[in-house]
Amino acid sequence: MTRQDVSVVFHLFSRSARLQKKRATLTIASIAWGTVTILMLLAFGEGLKRQFTRNNTAMGENLAIYWPGETSKIWKGLPEGRPIQPRIDDIPALRERVPECDAIWGEMRDSRTAFTYGRKTVNAPVTGTSWIYGDARKHFPRPGGRFLDARDEEEKRRVIFLGDELAGDIFGKEDPVGRTLLVNNSPFTVIGVMQKKTQTNSYGNPDRTHAVIPITTFKALYGRDRLWTLVLHTRRPEDMEGALARANVVMSARYGYDPTDEHVWGIWNTVKSQATSAKILLGMEIFFGIIGALTLVIGCVGVANIMYAVVKERTREIGVQMALGARRGWITAPFLLEGLMYTFVGGFAGAAIAIVIVTLLGLIPPEGARVLEFLGKPTLSWPIGAATVAVLGTAGLLAGYFPARRAAAIDPAATLRYE
Amino acid sequence: MSHTDLTSRIIEMAGIRKTYDTGKVKVEALKGIDLVVEPREFVAVVGPSGSGKSTLMNLIGCLDTPSDGRYRLAGEDVSTFGKDQLADVRNRRVGFVFQGFNLLPQISTFENVEMPLLFGGVPPRERRERVAELLARVGLADRAEHKPTELSGGQMQRVAIARALAMRPDVLLADEPTGNLDSSAGGDIMQLFSELWEQGRTVVVITHDQSLARRASRIVEIHDGRIVSDTAAAA
Repeated sequence: MTRQDVSVVFHLFSRSARLQKKRATLTIASIAWGTVTILMLLAFGEGLKRQFTRNNTAMGENLAIYWPGETSKIWKGLPEGRPIQPRIDDIPALRERVPECDAIWGEMRDSRTAFTYGRKTVNAPVTGTSWIYGDARKHFPRPGGRFLDARDEEEKRRVIFLGDELAGDIFGKEDPVGRTLLVNNSPFTVIGVMQKKTQTNSYGNPDRTHAVIPITTFKALYGRDRLWTLVLHTRRPEDMEGALARANVVMSARYGYDPTDEHVWGIWNTVKSQATSAKILLGMEIFFGIIGALTLVIGCVGVANIMYAVVKERTREIGVQMALGARRGWITAPFLLEGLMYTFVGGFAGAAIAIVIVTLLGLIPPEGARVLEFLGKPTLSWPIGAATVAVLGTAGLLAGYFPARRAAAIDPAATLRYE
Repeated sequence: MSHTDLTSRIIEMAGIRKTYDTGKVKVEALKGIDLVVEPREFVAVVGPSGSGKSTLMNLIGCLDTPSDGRYRLAGEDVSTFGKDQLADVRNRRVGFVFQGFNLLPQISTFENVEMPLLFGGVPPRERRERVAELLARVGLADRAEHKPTELSGGQMQRVAIARALAMRPDVLLADEPTGNLDSSAGGDIMQLFSELWEQGRTVVVITHDQSLARRASRIVEIHDGRIVSDTAAAA
């Protein structure tokens, strides 16, 4: 490209651009609309994904939950159909022999326990478990309280940690921490209340509706030593497969069942289900992106359309310019520039509008807006911006390219004859 | 700019044929044209419609390329040139004047005349000077900022002539330049062509207009794609 090319193209471009104000405005508006659409869809998708992932992991991450079941294969002379139910003393054995796990605990449960405070009685589930449950299962205490600790467990203390909804049901607006309530007619001291969290999956019950006491206390209180569930937790998701395999070896030896028997336990591996939902969410984002891109493409078809109309209208002018010595590149470049200009001015305006909308939506407080607990806040991210710029740029170039090619194909001899 | 010397021929066509292939039918518009135009000639090409006049004009003006034959314009063999080379040749060597004026309607008279200079790479200051000079030459110095739509037919054609002269072309090529004008305006334009010729320019006009043809120094009559007569006009 020579300096002359630049100067000629600039001249022709500035002349053509000032002729098309009304159409240009409409076209730019359609591109802006498309850009707002794609950005808002992607921002909603991103917000939804983040919120969904947060809610979906509110129960904890990298967990495998074991429910007891029965054997389905004959093993060493023992018949099939034997129930296998883990006991509290399996836990130290597993902790010792499954190093992939950074936490292993058992849970005992009474699904309908009477909680009495003053004259009020509420029925709710109580879970007896280890103090390590707290972090792994995201039972974070509100300020002023705490979760169970190792000493509570060792000393079989009568302390209780309450789900936030259950705490509200029992105590109303009163602060429960430090107060004493009766659990199955035994007095317990409330040591903490769980912070509010939005939880979309659970086993047994949502965490906000149950109470947690030390497993040792539970055992003493109810006289049980069978576990309701056994839970494995790994630090990294990729360790889970190995942990499950090793735990199976340990348990099959302890209880005498065929290690290949897959029916002994009901196992919920959250690593797997989270991978699945990550795929679904990615698919959803792609879907939103495609819808947005299509909207934008419609805008660009608008640009191409107006450019075609301009080429057609200016056929004679283009022929004249060719007769006067315009090279093909000088004819096509202004059309390409015009297409790109419409696209980018529209894209810029659309991005500005989208940023304003997203910012305003971000100002809505999540409290009181139940929908936002699940939808999350629309979020614009750099990848979203980059994807939008790429779509806009490509579409803008194409929207200018095809009309420009038609302009270059004009036969000056045919257009100049007087009709 | 060019290696040609001033005494060489402006137009030198030998065995020029032009065939239009319209799919089923092949139409031979020119069936072997030999035409030489010397500098400072004023040639009128006449003939009935469909005789191939317009095709000849397109070939002379390098708007189209011949199917066969050899064409030298001011010494350059343009029959082998590509599209952008032909664009440059049109810019430097040919000044077009059309029946329908073909001014660009949205830009001013000044910008219309300036356009070939822009394509020719003439620097801005020199462009301004030359346009002013040319508009003065055709008597429209006071119309520089007018749009073509604000001018009369005769004025528009004078702007077109100024534009055709802008790059100081080797040949001024006009297609029915008076065809759209009333007799008075047409007379003015004819007078302008005569003056330009007298000042030493080479002019080729394609016309039906007998009164314009009579002003030429030479009349070439074309019929059915061939030159049927070529006579020096009685001055």
